[in-house]
Amino acid sequence: MGVYLVQFLSGLASASALFLAASGLSIIFGVTRVVNFAHGSFYMLGAYFGYSLVHRLGGGAIGFWVALLLASVAVGLVGLLVETVILRRLYKAPELFQLIATFGVILIVQDAVFWAWGAENLLGPRAPGLTGIVRIFDVPMPLYELALIAIGPLVLLALWMLFNRTRWGILVRAATEDREMVGALGVNQSLLFTGVFVLGSMLAGLGGAVQLPKGDANLLMDFGILAEVFVVTVVGGMGSILGAFLAAVLISELNTFGILVWPNGTLVLMFILMAVILVIRPTGLLGRPETIGHKTETGASQVVLPAGPHYKIFVALVLAALLLAPLAVDSFILVLVTDILVLALFATSLHFLMSTGGLVSFGHAAFYGGGAYAAALLVTYAATPFELALLLAPLGGGLLALVVGWFCVRLSGVYFAMLTLAFAQVAWSIVFQWSEVTNGDDGLLGIWPAAWASGTVVFYYVALAVAAAGIFLIRRVVFAPFGYGLRATRDSMLRAAAIGIDIKRQQLAAFVFAGAMAGLAGGLFAFSKGSVFPDEMSIPRSFDALLMVLLGGLQSLSGPVVGAAAFTWLHDELISFEYWRLLVGLAIVALVLLFPQGLGGAARHHLGRHLKLEASPGTLQGTAPGKEQQA
Amino acid sequence: MAMKGSSPMLEVRGIHGYYGQAHILSDVSLTVAKGEIVVLVGRNGAGKSTTIKSIMGMVRVTAGSIAYQGEEILGEPSHRIARRGLGYVPEERRVFTRLTVQENLDCGRQPPREGTRHWTADDLFDLFPNLAEARRRLAGTLSGGEQQMLTIARTLMGNPGCILLDEPSEGLAPVVVEQIIKVVQQIKAQGIPVLLSEQNLYFAALVSDRAYVIETGRIRYEGAMAELEHNEEVRQQYLAV
Repeated sequence: MGVYLVQFLSGLASASALFLAASGLSIIFGVTRVVNFAHGSFYMLGAYFGYSLVHRLGGGAIGFWVALLLASVAVGLVGLLVETVILRRLYKAPELFQLIATFGVILIVQDAVFWAWGAENLLGPRAPGLTGIVRIFDVPMPLYELALIAIGPLVLLALWMLFNRTRWGILVRAATEDREMVGALGVNQSLLFTGVFVLGSMLAGLGGAVQLPKGDANLLMDFGILAEVFVVTVVGGMGSILGAFLAAVLISELNTFGILVWPNGTLVLMFILMAVILVIRPTGLLGRPETIGHKTETGASQVVLPAGPHYKIFVALVLAALLLAPLAVDSFILVLVTDILVLALFATSLHFLMSTGGLVSFGHAAFYGGGAYAAALLVTYAATPFELALLLAPLGGGLLALVVGWFCVRLSGVYFAMLTLAFAQVAWSIVFQWSEVTNGDDGLLGIWPAAWASGTVVFYYVALAVAAAGIFLIRRVVFAPFGYGLRATRDSMLRAAAIGIDIKRQQLAAFVFAGAMAGLAGGLFAFSKGSVFPDEMSIPRSFDALLMVLLGGLQSLSGPVVGAAAFTWLHDELISFEYWRLLVGLAIVALVLLFPQGLGGAARHHLGRHLKLEASPGTLQGTAPGKEQQA
Repeated sequence: MAMKGSSPMLEVRGIHGYYGQAHILSDVSLTVAKGEIVVLVGRNGAGKSTTIKSIMGMVRVTAGSIAYQGEEILGEPSHRIARRGLGYVPEERRVFTRLTVQENLDCGRQPPREGTRHWTADDLFDLFPNLAEARRRLAGTLSGGEQQMLTIARTLMGNPGCILLDEPSEGLAPVVVEQIIKVVQQIKAQGIPVLLSEQNLYFAALVSDRAYVIETGRIRYEGAMAELEHNEEVRQQYLAV
């Protein structure tokens, strides 16, 4: 009896930090419509700041709590910087660019923390005055956890007071509904946004700081908490603070009790819980139904047109150059180009999902890694020949996409994106933790192609053939009736449904197809490197794909290929620096701020019309979907 | 014209307005003098709301000038325009549905302003007795008419020196329209000028001093309201449905 009670209380204690982080995310999203991916980084910064400040301010109880609050304020200042320097310039850009910018912030924070505190895990300081234990039915319970249990509801109450009893809070709620109207009533939106962002950041920072005595500060906290926060937000209902609280409690309890029942299965339990809740209530426990999206998250799109004559010649020239490349370059370059080909297919599959399907996935690497692991597992456990394993890789990616997509297509917009990220993190954790099968962090080794294809040049040709075939297949689908239907669904779900398109099935099919193509790229990758590690499924890998798509620009079908090349080159240049994440992060932020159309988009904008890179627009021009007009 | 030499409260000169790439307004000019109620009439989609949103800084304007109390406001963000004393009552009401009536009023509150009336929530509950009874209800549960009253009251909380009233009678029952007419007359009695956009000529005639007729983004006619009422030709050409 006592054991269960203490376990229950321990779950409540874990819920507090999670709730703090999740409520911050919810508040920021509600007003600014930005899903702050750097939220996990703010949580992590809160822990590190807290660690240093507690040591600085000495051992007294007052000093301890003051240090935690100061840590929260310090994270608030970081939030202030991020909002005013980066996000403020991007509120009018498509949502995707804001997300990518906050991803850049994640990388910058990672390296900044690494530089300032080093790679070692820092064990959290004990809370003075609360170091003891109490016995509940003879079962020991740390006193600090009881304090943590109180913090959650206290913050909930404080937030309720703030949003219902102060004019600022009322304005924030009003802005959540209609920002433009709040501005027209004389309220400075910029200040309101900044204030909200700082508040949300402070909550995340406080969350990271208060969990210190129970845990530690480490460099993996950012993505770990991010996925949990997304699950809490999706389960609790976006924008509902009480919902976030309930979901945080539910998920923390599930974790604490799950460990008793099924020590290795907590992630699977979380997955099942999320699935059940989403099937019963797609908007989460206390969420409001979304208005069905009339606009895409990727911004107003132009109609993509079939290739024009010059473009076909251009592609033929590029292909010819690639075919002749082994004659001209050394094997080092050839390996690099092989990498580019693999990533080009991966990026094109995501680009298809985003531009043609209008579905922004933040977890696309799950299927890339899924394909890689499918091939590697087949080779390792079933001694499957290279050719068959490569053919089955897309099946692995596609099957995984079928399971994930079945849940995800029930949501749309940012909810969809958040859920894909959460699932990808679950997939990564399974691969990471299930070391009996996947060999965990040590990866699966010895995944080499058959003898005939093992030479650098031959494998290069295999990669070229497979990637080119995959990309042409994707292109073919874009211009097939299925692709038309998908584009119709993207531009207006209501109208597409009204002409008899089963929009959810259509989106699921697109999701599975994109997943299968990513899986094919993953299979190719596994054989090109001879090994697979969990990194291939990780969130950073998903963001690599997004980055490639954005580098190439969303508007053109060849964008992701250009993006993959630019990305590989950039990565190759930067990886030799110790703080390459910092550089990549800064580069991402700079790119998003300078070229909101992507590199390809910018180049196309200047050159495209002159070089006739696409078929004559003809009458198609008039049907370009613009924003809904209201006069 | 009814301006009598005094400098106008609001003066719009030759503006061109855009939604995205679509050119909605061409060379629109109009003035509103102190204490005057001016109506902008036109069919659906003629550019009435766009004109009002242009003045509020909510639509891209590429040319011309907009002066409020003699100062240029074109290019300012809408919150700054509102703080100068231009009160905006949007079309389709746009109350904050998940806030109570009282909270909606709080959102509109601005410091007292020289030269115009200072409104308190209690003043407005006197003016709109329906709202007084509903002050703790969520605005989303109010009837359309009550919501329209609430948006007007919310704007008055900002102590405006001039009000832009966008299609206040749209979609409301005649009995509610009568109430709105009374409110507009009371605003006029306070000496607050109003630029009204309306499709309902009957409503416009009851409250307005002067009228502009707009069609496909251009001002086609201007004159005293009484003249427009008797100008069958203009009404047939630009207003008949």
